[in-house]
Amino acid sequence: MRRVNVYAPILVLGLLSTGFAVVSVVAGSLTGPKRYNRARLDAYECGIEPTPQPVGGGRFPVKYYLTAMLFIIFDIEIIFLYPWAVAFDSLGLFGLVEMVLFIVTVFVAYAYVWRRGGLDWD
Amino acid sequence: MLHTYAASGLVASPASGVFSLTWLLIALPLAGAGVLLLGGRRTDGFGHLLGNATSWAAFLVGLALFAGLLGRGAGSRAVGQHLFSWVPVGGLQVSAGLLLDPLSMCFVLLITFVGSLIHLYSVGYMAHDPDRRRFFAYLNLFVAAMLLLVLSDSYLTLYVGWEGVGLASYLLIGFWNRNPEYAAAAKKAFVVNRVGDFGLSVAIMIMFATFGRVDFVGVFAGTSHASSAVLTAIGLMLLLGATGKSAQFPLQSWLGDAMAGPTPVSALIHAATMVTAGVYLVVRSSPIFDAAPTARLLVVAVGAVTLLFGAVIGLAKDDLKKALAASTMSQIGYMMLGAGLGPVGYSFAIFHLLTHGFFKAGLFLGAGSVMHGMNDQTNLRGFGGLSKVMKITWLTFGAGFLAIIGFPGASGFWSKDKIIEAAFVGSGWQPWVFGLAAMLGAGLTAYYMTRLFAMTFHGQARWSDDVHPHESPLVMTIPMMVLALGSLFLGAVLGPTGAITGWLEPVVGAASEGGTVLAPTVISLATLALVVIGAGLAWLAYGMRPVPTAVPAATWATVAARRDLYQDAFNEAAFMRPGQYLTRSLVYVDNRGVDGVVNGLAALVGGTSGRVRRWQTGFVRSYALSMLTGAAVVVAALLLVRL
Amino acid sequence: MSPLTSSVLTATIQAPKIEYSQVAPMLIVLGAAVLGVLVEAFAARRLRYGLQLGIALVGLLAALVSVALLAGAHHIVAMGAVAVDGPTLFMQGSILVFAVLGVLTMAERSLDPGGTAFAAQAASVPGSTAERDAVGAGIMQTEVFPLTMFAVSGMLLFPASTDLLTMFVALEVLSLPLYLLAGMARRRRLLSQEAALKYFLLGAFSSTFFLYGVALLYGYSGSISLTGIADAVSGATGGDALLLIGTALVSVGLLFKLGAAPFHSWTPDVYQGAPTPLTGFMAAATKVAAFGALLRVLYVALGGVRWDWRPMMWAVAILTMVVGAVVAITQTDVKRMLAYSSIAHAGFLLTGVIATSRAGLSSVMFYLLAYGFSTIGAFAVVTLVRNSGGEATHLSQWAGLGRRSPLVAGIFTLFLLAFAGIPLTSGFTSKFAVFSAAMAGGAAPLVVIGVLVSAVAAFFYVRVIVLMFFSEPVGDGTSVVLPSALTTIAITVGAAMTVVLGVLPGWFLHLADQAAVFVR
Repeated sequence: MRRVNVYAPILVLGLLSTGFAVVSVVAGSLTGPKRYNRARLDAYECGIEPTPQPVGGGRFPVKYYLTAMLFIIFDIEIIFLYPWAVAFDSLGLFGLVEMVLFIVTVFVAYAYVWRRGGLDWD
Repeated sequence: MLHTYAASGLVASPASGVFSLTWLLIALPLAGAGVLLLGGRRTDGFGHLLGNATSWAAFLVGLALFAGLLGRGAGSRAVGQHLFSWVPVGGLQVSAGLLLDPLSMCFVLLITFVGSLIHLYSVGYMAHDPDRRRFFAYLNLFVAAMLLLVLSDSYLTLYVGWEGVGLASYLLIGFWNRNPEYAAAAKKAFVVNRVGDFGLSVAIMIMFATFGRVDFVGVFAGTSHASSAVLTAIGLMLLLGATGKSAQFPLQSWLGDAMAGPTPVSALIHAATMVTAGVYLVVRSSPIFDAAPTARLLVVAVGAVTLLFGAVIGLAKDDLKKALAASTMSQIGYMMLGAGLGPVGYSFAIFHLLTHGFFKAGLFLGAGSVMHGMNDQTNLRGFGGLSKVMKITWLTFGAGFLAIIGFPGASGFWSKDKIIEAAFVGSGWQPWVFGLAAMLGAGLTAYYMTRLFAMTFHGQARWSDDVHPHESPLVMTIPMMVLALGSLFLGAVLGPTGAITGWLEPVVGAASEGGTVLAPTVISLATLALVVIGAGLAWLAYGMRPVPTAVPAATWATVAARRDLYQDAFNEAAFMRPGQYLTRSLVYVDNRGVDGVVNGLAALVGGTSGRVRRWQTGFVRSYALSMLTGAAVVVAALLLVRL
Repeated sequence: MSPLTSSVLTATIQAPKIEYSQVAPMLIVLGAAVLGVLVEAFAARRLRYGLQLGIALVGLLAALVSVALLAGAHHIVAMGAVAVDGPTLFMQGSILVFAVLGVLTMAERSLDPGGTAFAAQAASVPGSTAERDAVGAGIMQTEVFPLTMFAVSGMLLFPASTDLLTMFVALEVLSLPLYLLAGMARRRRLLSQEAALKYFLLGAFSSTFFLYGVALLYGYSGSISLTGIADAVSGATGGDALLLIGTALVSVGLLFKLGAAPFHSWTPDVYQGAPTPLTGFMAAATKVAAFGALLRVLYVALGGVRWDWRPMMWAVAILTMVVGAVVAITQTDVKRMLAYSSIAHAGFLLTGVIATSRAGLSSVMFYLLAYGFSTIGAFAVVTLVRNSGGEATHLSQWAGLGRRSPLVAGIFTLFLLAFAGIPLTSGFTSKFAVFSAAMAGGAAPLVVIGVLVSAVAAFFYVRVIVLMFFSEPVGDGTSVVLPSALTTIAITVGAAMTVVLGVLPGWFLHLADQAAVFVR
């Protein structure tokens, strides 16, 4: 069996993601209807009109970002769970204890966010 | 700890018996200062008494120690007292210790005796000052620091005392700080002194790097192995330190301004003791200077230049205290000259330092007494004829006057004559140049002192009607009388008997006689002739003729002398202005320059001229750009170093 | 199954080993921080201040005890990520002591009529009704304490990290809470928020330099551990552009944190804008952490190429000293002046780093200890001088302070004299130690410049002393407010240590000397 370079998976992942991006943009422009209107030029999934900027230091609504950030933080924690689950046997009790500690820590943050109203929309 | 530190192989024995009290010398005035400063207004009532008590007590301890040293043989008159290990780590061994030997003994007696007399005098002089307690606290602090300076057994502890006297001097010059001019004078003294301190600290650093130690024993033991370049560097840096503290050329400019302080301060710090610390430093470091001829030659040159420089300024000054300050500068120039001559001059430099301590302190106290009676006026042109109303001041000032011009038999005669004679020792051009300079200085001294004496005490009275000159109280005149006795007789006691040279010989080596390029008798007679001519001319000009109260128009030379030979103008042009430019340009680059680049770029790229006008500080983008530039430079520098 | 996946799956995964007792100081502080977050979540508002202060102090003191118990340890733990050795423990001890003093000053509530120096509600818009309501309700943002604890835990890890990724994590853990805290001042909030934003942006910028440098060093040596890089350096034959650029970029990231020129531009703005107690804590503790990390990287990993980085460090040290001392002269705000003074001190410290010797290491550690006490004390004094608008930081408002409050002005004078390096203060001992180490390390010209710059620096310190004692007071209502025991303790300890480290530094110098060996 020929030895595969350890960096090969990264290369493959890079190729895949680049390919996906290129393919979707190209496919979109080829297949989509080409009608331009106001709604189409609106910001998509970002909540705020980028232009014109509010004059005189107006305020941006921050709620959307807050929720998005909280989502990302808790979402990313899960990444640690997958490899742990895969290697559960070899890590044994040590892995379990560490993971419980990890999850408790995340829950502390969750408790803080929840109690201090970080999850309320209004 | 049994190591020699002096040329003659003098060894400091551990302190025992009466010598275990050595630390009290410093502790007593220090405790006085501490009580008075921390005690605040509660101690107002007895502040002056406590200040006097601690100072006199230190003098008594000094006397006891002196007796103890006298009781020993000449070869064992050195005592070391270990206080505590200050910096006791690995390659860095510094212990705080004291060293009492004939050289420091001279200073201890001078500082405590003259200092105590001036403490006494200040009781009267500062009687009406609301801050008298604080004044005595500072005076005590000064005495403690000065004693630490001369008693320390290493350069590092010496440096502590050195900074301490600087601090006390600074506090006392600015004592009447409600006057902004006086505060400025204090600041100037501080800044100029920092330049000198810089020299001393670099010298200590070099010593540490070369010898691994900074105590006298260790450094002097190492001089025989060190290269002459290193020794010369140490010597030059020590000299820089000495010029700063002792107001020698080119760091002399602060002394005149320092006269802003109360007159007892001028007498004690800026005449008798602190300003002579530079001479002490050079003499104490004699093993270094003996091994570094270049540095020593420069010491002589500095001394010779300053003695003429000060004398010339003194010729034209109309301010009583500033004229005396110029004279101090000139007299310390003599000491520096003597110290730079090596073994032939060391003991005479110290001898002149002692007699000068007495007569100059006496002159300043006399000046203070005159000011006391004349509403704090210092303009010579407003005096005249005071000999009739202030008899004691006149007589005591006269004693100091005779001493300083070198009137035969008075103290200054014995000490200055010896330095002039020593300056003629040697071969080649040096004895002629330095010897003649010293001789000329004597003539100039006689001229300006006679001028000052005549303008103050003789001629017709020129003071205004609202001034009522009167003699000062006894508490002020007694110290003046004691100092006058010293001015007249101290020299005769110490000089011709050989007492001072014999006493100092174990530390600085023997002062061999002879070897002058002219016969000593010729030198003495020529000097005397110059003194007579100088004094006679001055008497003709100021004693016999009326003195105009307005400042007369003068030649460029007189104007130059009145303006201290343009030393301030020079300092401003040479140091202050470039310093200010550096500061300004650095601030500019730090705040604006980078912004300018950013905005310039923005204008180029975006074509928005409006932004160029916003030359404002604090933009993150300019900070980021400066970081980026810095990082690029750092990377480039690392790569270039390797190439 | 493809060869690729099978090769990954069949690799035996060893359970890592963590020596909990050896990293206890960090764990304790982190635990206290997490506990603090829980308090914020569940405790009643009126109880929070007391609870938080108690947790923070107990946690810090417990960590300090555990550092003391570890004394003498000399090994690498946590799978080669953390070094527990002399320098680590000395600096962790210093950081913890400074953190205790810092927390004491931050908790001070009797100076400002509103409460602490921190905003009642950091999220409210300055000048809005929400802000007025929050101030009126007398509440306080007690998150300050857990945030500080998080920052402290990062600082504890920073000088202990033995691989560059751990170091980067520590860098971020210590920085992020500080960015946030810097923007939480109660008074002059816009200035404070601007400072925080600048600090954050520039900090992020410098982090990228650091990270890029780490990547290049990894590319060069194939290792992120400091010893691994050192091995690669010692066996190197060529191709070292990667090494040099990596060294430069990692240095840039670290030099930013310690405020060395030309990466110092954030310092004055942040020191001025941040709440003063935080500034004092930051100036003292961040410097320790950043110098600790710099020393470890330069001595352990890059000791073999010191002939390459020393000239660059020379230039940085000189520039830092000169910029700090000279620009400080023109400052009119006492906090900005102290900021530039801290830049100059970073320069003096760098001369000790350049010595690349045991003496250099121990003298820098001693200097950091001495400087930290004086700095926290000095900034604590700044919090006392106030008028109706909050702290009176313009120098003109300090005129004549010595007449009205001789004690406070006297203590501030002591700190200034220590900064100026006057004998019998800690500043002299530490400068002497650093300069003599540099001198012995062959950096004589640097020392000469250093001594010269200290002479310049003495000028502006003395200017403040003159201002305080020799000038007429201005009548704008500036006065010294009496603090509670908290700040009093901090100032007293700072002043006492400034004197002790100046007069009897022996024990501490000895300790630093004993500790000055990196585990490799």
